[in-house]
Amino acid sequence: MSVKTESKLERILAAGHLAITSECGPPRGSDPEVIIKKGELLKDHVDAVNVTDNQTSVTRLSSLAACIHLKLTGVDPVLQMVTRDRNRIALQSDILGAASFDINNILCLSGDHQIFGDCKEGQNVFDLDSMQLLQTVRHMRDDGKFLNGDDINRPPRMFAGAAANPFAEPYKIRVPRLAKKIAAGAEFIQTQCIYNLDRFEEWMNGVCDRGLHEKVYILAGITPMKSLGMARYMKKNVPGMDVPDQIIDRLAGVPKEKQAEEGITICLETIERLKEVKGVSGFHIMAIEWEEKVPEIVERAGLFPRPKVSDE
Amino acid sequence: MIVGQQKPLAEIWEMVRKHRKVLVLGCNSCVAVCHQGGTKQAEVLTSLLRMQATQEEAEIELVDGGIERQCEHEFFESARDAISRTDAVLSLACGVGVQFMAEKFHATPLYPALNTTFLGAVERPGFFTEKCQACGNCVLATTGGICPVSRCAKRLLNGPCGGVNKGKCEINKELDCAWCLIVNRLEALGKLDDYEDLFPLKDWSKDRAGGPRNFKVEGYLP
Ligand code: SF4
Ligand code: SF4
Repeated sequence: MSVKTESKLERILAAGHLAITSECGPPRGSDPEVIIKKGELLKDHVDAVNVTDNQTSVTRLSSLAACIHLKLTGVDPVLQMVTRDRNRIALQSDILGAASFDINNILCLSGDHQIFGDCKEGQNVFDLDSMQLLQTVRHMRDDGKFLNGDDINRPPRMFAGAAANPFAEPYKIRVPRLAKKIAAGAEFIQTQCIYNLDRFEEWMNGVCDRGLHEKVYILAGITPMKSLGMARYMKKNVPGMDVPDQIIDRLAGVPKEKQAEEGITICLETIERLKEVKGVSGFHIMAIEWEEKVPEIVERAGLFPRPKVSDE
Repeated sequence: MIVGQQKPLAEIWEMVRKHRKVLVLGCNSCVAVCHQGGTKQAEVLTSLLRMQATQEEAEIELVDGGIERQCEHEFFESARDAISRTDAVLSLACGVGVQFMAEKFHATPLYPALNTTFLGAVERPGFFTEKCQACGNCVLATTGGICPVSRCAKRLLNGPCGGVNKGKCEINKELDCAWCLIVNRLEALGKLDDYEDLFPLKDWSKDRAGGPRNFKVEGYLP
């Protein structure tokens, strides 16, 4: 796959390295220090950092503003953009705004329903869905045009990504759905957190059988369990999450004060196993409220130092 | 059909209590099917309001009645007299009927007794479900006859989203995920391969987004 943008993430993937991305949730306030600190913490150990867009529909500092703060600390940010809150005017406009700061990566999502958040009584937009947002990004970049066909002066040059959940029913469309996202324009994929490795490998087999791994870079989603409580919560309450009993039993089998360490061990074992899986191009490490563990995980997984790629 | 649900009695009472004479007028089409707005329900509501009036010692005369449809001129003939002799009308029609009447009886105060909720079907007796949002540009041909605009909580045209949980929607464990239904129906039709066809950006200008809509049938226009 040839390089089409200035994205550091894209260049690392194109060079054949296992890429590492992580995630940063903006604060519920306007103090940029929190983001800058997270950026500093992650900067040397990951290749790009996703910034969530009002995740779980809880109002936070804007994803685009947080990306700019990260960019200024020297991080390659991934702008997450959901179609829940903006129509096609606002989406195109924010894409241009991001491009004006040379934010080179975008992750196109539909977004959680607002019922989960702090504005349950609000409207939602959903003018586009995640696939149509991918199409929009690629159209703006590759054709240099707005949706109405007008020329864009200095088109955005963004590496376009999408999410994939290999674990949600109906399973029969899990591989086709990835194919559909690729057809819509996805160049990289960050998956749902992987705990059920057998099922993930089964999905990857289907992906490779269709040659889709040669058309898109797949970053495997990794989230260390901080405690047994967290594992149980994720199993029960987080939509689309597949946490096998095996994981619960392992965490339950160690004393409470050792559970966090056990969680890290499970996560390192997962990375080791997934490194060998054909079609896995890297890891998306989402340490929820536990970002300080990301550098340690990257080091202990033997993925440090990060490769250097030339800026051209 | 249009489905509606009666407003709480306290809210209805608040709207009408200041009037001396109120006509409680049912509509015997859609909203009668869902047992909320027909002549029968108008009668029951009138009794409840009378009880409320007695309790509060309010001087208010309540008269009940009903017509076939409150959204067409011809059906109003039988009610014209009653409407002219009342201070206000409490309509049990959907929002369409209430507005239609407001245009016809410009100087008569009108109140809605119902919250108009959706366009739906009688799934089983006593259970009504939303099936259409009148988007003006029907997509059912490509979605296995199941509407993602009205039945997917995010009206995704290329679903399902990542939140689908065992065939149910992320917002409610009781609600079928429209996209699971679509996928299963496509499979039953032997058209599962069509799932991979991308649905392009939708033209929402035919939806409410394009402003109030109307429709003229040439040949029937006066
Ligand atoms: S696609 Fe539009 S017109 Fe067709 S059923 Fe759905 S909302 Fe109604
Ligand atoms: S779970 Fe299904 S119905 Fe609910 S929002 Fe997602 S795709 Fe739509």
